[in-house]
Amino acid sequence: MNPLFSVRGLEKRYGARIGCTGIGFDLWPGEVMGIVGESGSGKSTLLSCLAGHLPPDRGEVIYDGRDVLAMSEPERRMLARTDWAFVHQNPRDGLRMAVSAGGNVGERLMAVGARHYGDIRDTATDWLGRVEIASDRIDDRPSAFSGGMQQRLQIARNLVTGPRLVFMDEPTGGLDVSVQARLLDLLRGLVRRMGLSAIIVTHDLAVVRLLADRLMVMKGGECVETGLTDQVLDDPQHAYTQLLVSSVLQV
Amino acid sequence: MNVIELSNVSKTFTLHNQGAAVIPVMSDVTLSVVPGECVGLLGASGAGKSTLMRMIWGNYLAASGRITVAGTDVARAEPREILALRRERMAYVSQFLRVVPRVPTIEVVAEPILLTGTPEDQARDRAAALLARLRIPERLWQLSPTTFSGGEQQRVNIARGFIRQVPVMLLDEPTASLDAANRETVLSLIEEAKARGTAIVGIFHDEAARDRVCDRMIDMARFAA
Repeated sequence: MNPLFSVRGLEKRYGARIGCTGIGFDLWPGEVMGIVGESGSGKSTLLSCLAGHLPPDRGEVIYDGRDVLAMSEPERRMLARTDWAFVHQNPRDGLRMAVSAGGNVGERLMAVGARHYGDIRDTATDWLGRVEIASDRIDDRPSAFSGGMQQRLQIARNLVTGPRLVFMDEPTGGLDVSVQARLLDLLRGLVRRMGLSAIIVTHDLAVVRLLADRLMVMKGGECVETGLTDQVLDDPQHAYTQLLVSSVLQV
Repeated sequence: MNVIELSNVSKTFTLHNQGAAVIPVMSDVTLSVVPGECVGLLGASGAGKSTLMRMIWGNYLAASGRITVAGTDVARAEPREILALRRERMAYVSQFLRVVPRVPTIEVVAEPILLTGTPEDQARDRAAALLARLRIPERLWQLSPTTFSGGEQQRVNIARGFIRQVPVMLLDEPTASLDAANRETVLSLIEEAKARGTAIVGIFHDEAARDRVCDRMIDMARFAA
């Protein structure tokens, strides 16, 4: 078996300021990696570079044996529509708000060549069910949905094409705690059943404890610690990770 | 043939944000366990019993030494190798139940075998059988265990631990808050696992339980750092 996604010596600068630097890892099929760190630690910059939204200044990004940074724009877009998916923190950034819920899911299918209207609608209905949205809401626009429903719809839109690698930026970020637990449970089930690999950026350690197999801790644009999620959280080695873990308020 | 083998293992905690205090917990731990054997850890609170179990589980990093568990060198393995070990060859019954809030008890118990590819209906049947054996009332199976009593949560944890047949088990006070009937069930589960060849490391404050299931006791004082 080979890694699905490999990153070597990745660096992004904003002028003299470091966005992220010296980042390298291998992600294996079915593995979920969490990237944690406080605001400004470079985790979102890193995710943008990994997902091809931002060109890094240095380094390599290899997906399934292909050099992502050397791809042409159409090739990269095709990858983003088929093998990859990106779940934004704000569902409005990942959904088309003027299109119905069913349309949001169906559009992704059409982008990869689905043409039969009945099949598209059936698949969309099936996916709304999987993310626990009642089928009678299929013709409603996402603007009529709650924040939690919008986030579940965004997940359905992203996963309907059966991607192999999903990037998630604070997927439970703007949601109520009660809705977060439901979404986490849903994501866990989908990741397991579909055998997805995922990279999840979050500052919420409870989210990575439940979703991620392994962790990367970032500070000042650099990775200060990596390892098995529960090992990094329960026996952190780096001073910054110890501070991060000990700062979580106990309920 | 040892299934669990520790050699010259030491553990220290360095608290960087509290004046870089270094707390030595244990040193020169050498321990081996063969299939079907149950080794009990003895020692006062703070002696490092749970820490040693967590190192075998891959949850705490060893400062030095080797920890080989069912063919994997836990002290050096990549996260995915430790996850594979936990999924396929090792189970840990901790004192605390940690679950996603709204997941029903029966799914919490079935999860370890769902992860190894058991079909969902079979996994549920096995989970139901264990929950029944551990006297968790059927009306609670569809509820999340987060609101259960301490003893019920412990039995859910035990069911989750024993749903698979694995070569290595770690048991942290498995009979602590159980009534006599459930304690008896848990001791039988342990005896059945031993008879199948499972190597067990456990912490048992319950002396009668210890005498019944442990083949050997190790006093953590031997490894004081």
